[in-house]
Amino acid sequence: MPAVQLAATSLYDPNGSLQTGYAMTWEFGNYADALSAYWPHFVRSLVYAGIATLLCLLLGYPLAYAIAQKATRFKNLMLVCVIAPFFTSFLVRTLAWKTILSDNGFVVGILRDIGVVGSDGRVLATSAAVVLGLTYNFLPFMVLPLYASLDRLDGRLLEAANDLYASPVRAFAKVTLPLSMPGVVAGTLLTFIPAAGDYINAELLGTPNQYMIGNVIDSAFLVRLDYPQAAALSFILMAIILAMVFVYVKRAGTDEVL
Amino acid sequence: MRLGRWLSDHWVMGVGVLVLAYLFLPIAVVVGLSFNEPSSRLSYDFNKFTLDNWTNPCGPGDMCDAVVRSVQIGFIATVVATLLGTLMAFALVRHRFRGRGATNLLIFLPMATPEVVMGSSLLALFVAGGLPLGFWTVVIAHVMFCVSFVVVTVKARLSGLDSRLEEAAMDLYASELQTFRKVTLPLVLPGIVAAALLAFSLSFDDFIITNFNSGTTVTFPMYVWGAAQRGIPPEVNVIGTAMFLIALLLVLGTSVRRRRAV
Repeated sequence: MPAVQLAATSLYDPNGSLQTGYAMTWEFGNYADALSAYWPHFVRSLVYAGIATLLCLLLGYPLAYAIAQKATRFKNLMLVCVIAPFFTSFLVRTLAWKTILSDNGFVVGILRDIGVVGSDGRVLATSAAVVLGLTYNFLPFMVLPLYASLDRLDGRLLEAANDLYASPVRAFAKVTLPLSMPGVVAGTLLTFIPAAGDYINAELLGTPNQYMIGNVIDSAFLVRLDYPQAAALSFILMAIILAMVFVYVKRAGTDEVL
Repeated sequence: MRLGRWLSDHWVMGVGVLVLAYLFLPIAVVVGLSFNEPSSRLSYDFNKFTLDNWTNPCGPGDMCDAVVRSVQIGFIATVVATLLGTLMAFALVRHRFRGRGATNLLIFLPMATPEVVMGSSLLALFVAGGLPLGFWTVVIAHVMFCVSFVVVTVKARLSGLDSRLEEAAMDLYASELQTFRKVTLPLVLPGIVAAALLAFSLSFDDFIITNFNSGTTVTFPMYVWGAAQRGIPPEVNVIGTAMFLIALLLVLGTSVRRRRAV
C-alpha cells in the first residue's frame, strides 16, 4: 500500500505544496526532471554500493569459511562476534569511524607515513571513507548467509578433490565456490540493496561531493518538501534495484547450472 | 619451511580474525570514548580519562528522554509485531489459502527494499491520509517492518517442527487448546522470543524510517543524528556501550541456558 501511494505521489503536480494540497495530474515529467537533475547521485550510489559489496565479499568469504570449516571449538564465539556490532547503535558505530579516520588519528598517521596519502592528505570526507563505512556496516549481512552455505559443505568432497590430485586452488574453484553460490547470491543481495539506499555513511563520513541518492531523497522529502520529485526519485531507485536484482539472480542462477 | 607450512594451514583463520578485528574496532572506540572528556564539542579525539560520563549519563538535556521514548516505541512495536507476525507465520505454515504465495512475497518485500524507499513511501501514505506525524506514526512504521522479520523467524522455527508430536498429543485425547498450550507453544517459543528480541533491536536502532515519519518526536537514533551536527556529547557513547553490554549478556545468557537444557 505505501508503494502505491508513493507511485501516485510521484505523479502529482509539482506546483502543489503541502499547504495547498496536490492535484493528481499524471505528471510523468517528474521522472524526467528527477533523473536529469540527479543522475550523478544514482550512478554514485550504485558504484559505491557495488564496490562495498565486492569488498564485503572479499573480506566476508574468508571469515565465513574460517568460521564454518576451521573454527571447531570457537565457532559459536566467532558467530557471536560477527553479530556483536549490531548490539550497539548503527549511528554510534558510524560516528566511531569518524574518530578512527580523523585527521590526527593513527590510521591517517600510518597512511601518511607510508605515503598512501600526502602529508596533509585526509581519509575522512573522501569517497574511500564512505565506501569503508558502507563495507563495515553491511559486512555481517554478507558473512551470515555465506556462513550458512559454507557450513553445509561436506568436508569429504574436498578430500575427494584432493585425492584426485586437484590443487587447493582448483579444489576451491571447482568444489567450494560453486557449492557456496547460494550464499554468495544471498549475501550480495543483502549487502547491495541496503547499501545502495543508504545515506548515513555519506552524510557522516563524506561531504556533499559524496552524497548518494538517499541523501537527495531525504532532503527532497524533509528539507525541500518537494514530495512529487522525492517520490519519483524513490520510485526510480526501487525500479533500478529491482531490475538489477532480477538480472543478477537470473545470471547467477544459470551460472549455478553450468 | 615450517613457518610456510603453518601459514598455508592457518592463513584463512588469520584473515578471518583480522576481519573480526575490523568489525570490532568501532566498538572498542565507542567504549573508549565513553570514558573520554572531550577537549571541545566538535572534537572526536580521545583527550582525557574520566568517569563523569558514566556517573551522570543523563547529563545532556534531552538525551535520556529520547532513550526512554525509543524504549517505549520499541516495546509497543515489538509486542504488536510479535503478535501479528506469529499469527501470520502460523497461517502461512499451517493453512493453504488463496494468495499464500503472494503473501509470502509481500512479507519479503519490506526486507528487500532500501529503507529510504520504505520510509518515504510511509511518509507519502501518512501525509495523504492526513495522519499527524509523531509517536504513533513511528510505532506504525516500526510495526510494519518488524512484522516481516518476525514472520520469517517464527516460520523457520515452525516449519522445522515435527507435526507428528501434535498428532501424538491429539491421539492421547488432548484437546486442540491443550495441544497448542502443552506441545506447540513450548516448541515454537524460542523462535518467538528470538523474533521479539530481533524486532526490539531493529526498532530501537532504526534511524532512516523513523527520520521520515517522526515529525518532531525524537528517538535515541534521532537524537544522535541531531547531535552529530552540533558535536556529540560523550554520554552517547555511554548509552552505546551499555546497549552493547546488555545485548551481549542476553545472548550469552540464552546460549548458556540452551547448553544446560541440552
